Amino acid sequence: MRVPDVVDRPMYGDRISPVPIREALPDERAVRRTLLDQVARLEGELASVFCATWPRTHMPHPTVGGRGGGPRLLSLAELEELRDELAGRISDARRALSDRTWVEDGNRRLIEEMMLEPERHRWRRVSAEDIGERGCKHWHVRPRFGLVGMLMNWWRVVISSGCPLAT
Amino acid sequence: MTEPELDLVDGWVERELAQEFPELRLLNTWLDVRPTRSPPEVRKRLRMLADRYTGGKVVHMRQDPVPWAYRVFSRQVGIDPDHDRTPVEAVALRRLKQGGLHSENIVDDALTIAIAETGVPLIALDAAKVDPALGLRLARAGETLDGVRPLSARQLVVADADRPVAVVLGDVSRGAGVTPETERMAVCALGVKGVPRICLEEALWSAAETLYTDASA
Repeated sequence: MRVPDVVDRPMYGDRISPVPIREALPDERAVRRTLLDQVARLEGELASVFCATWPRTHMPHPTVGGRGGGPRLLSLAELEELRDELAGRISDARRALSDRTWVEDGNRRLIEEMMLEPERHRWRRVSAEDIGERGCKHWHVRPRFGLVGMLMNWWRVVISSGCPLAT
Repeated sequence: MTEPELDLVDGWVERELAQEFPELRLLNTWLDVRPTRSPPEVRKRLRMLADRYTGGKVVHMRQDPVPWAYRVFSRQVGIDPDHDRTPVEAVALRRLKQGGLHSENIVDDALTIAIAETGVPLIALDAAKVDPALGLRLARAGETLDGVRPLSARQLVVADADRPVAVVLGDVSRGAGVTPETERMAVCALGVKGVPRICLEEALWSAAETLYTDASA
């Protein structure tokens, strides 16, 4: 029995039809695949940063515009540009969120101090929005018994019961 | 109500597109349904569906696996999903803006219900106006939708053997869309990476079930 020789194997080029010009070359395809994966991962991070800002209404929303021309196969340069823009926006959004949460932590500490020593924080008012929560609730340092409390230095924190009813 | 018999057919995907997005697919089915006004049962179902939406749920929808997969695909093909919403997010946003999901006709309602329940984008085409071999490809130079609207180079389209009939995640050609005279329609579900085939099947089953509600009423 004849053992097939290496030279008997069909040539690589015999089995594969010529590559059309428009198709990505194998090495370019790997780069494109990597870029697409990076875009997917960054889109996930963008979504998680966006959701983390909820329910804050005054935060800048991290958005990256479309490339124009409807859904289409992007060029390598466009994919790189998209990836860089996404990464930049996520970084900006994370920094803005970090700054915002730092302020909110300070406001939470302030509420605790207001509760412990209301006379040191006269008329101070902190809303739920200031600590990154939903609703119209607020903490307000007010005198007990109105004018009498002001004269006697009797202060307390009044916590509102929420949003006014819709009329 | 009896379950509809569905013939699910995988559409073709052009080679270059399949190489770029290996899990991209179009699953089609054909239904003998005439578009009419939605029966009370379907309108009730829309109302119940609308009641399930809340602001927080809509915001966090982008982190759910299926809507997220379509957001990623949108981004990868150059669309900003925060501007040109994916179909499931468009339904959710419509619910928030309108305060409900208003009934339009049995076809639009069936697609809305299926999209909202599964997150899978669906389109309906008039079977008499399109070739049965539907698939996905890139637009060729000089091609148009409806013969009027020019398509950009390498734009992703749903096409039959002759021409593009819809833009992927976009508009359906007027010359291929469902009209009141339609007697048989093709319903197509778009699948992307991260969305298992069973989700597409479920979307088509859901749409068919709603469409046949009218026929059995």
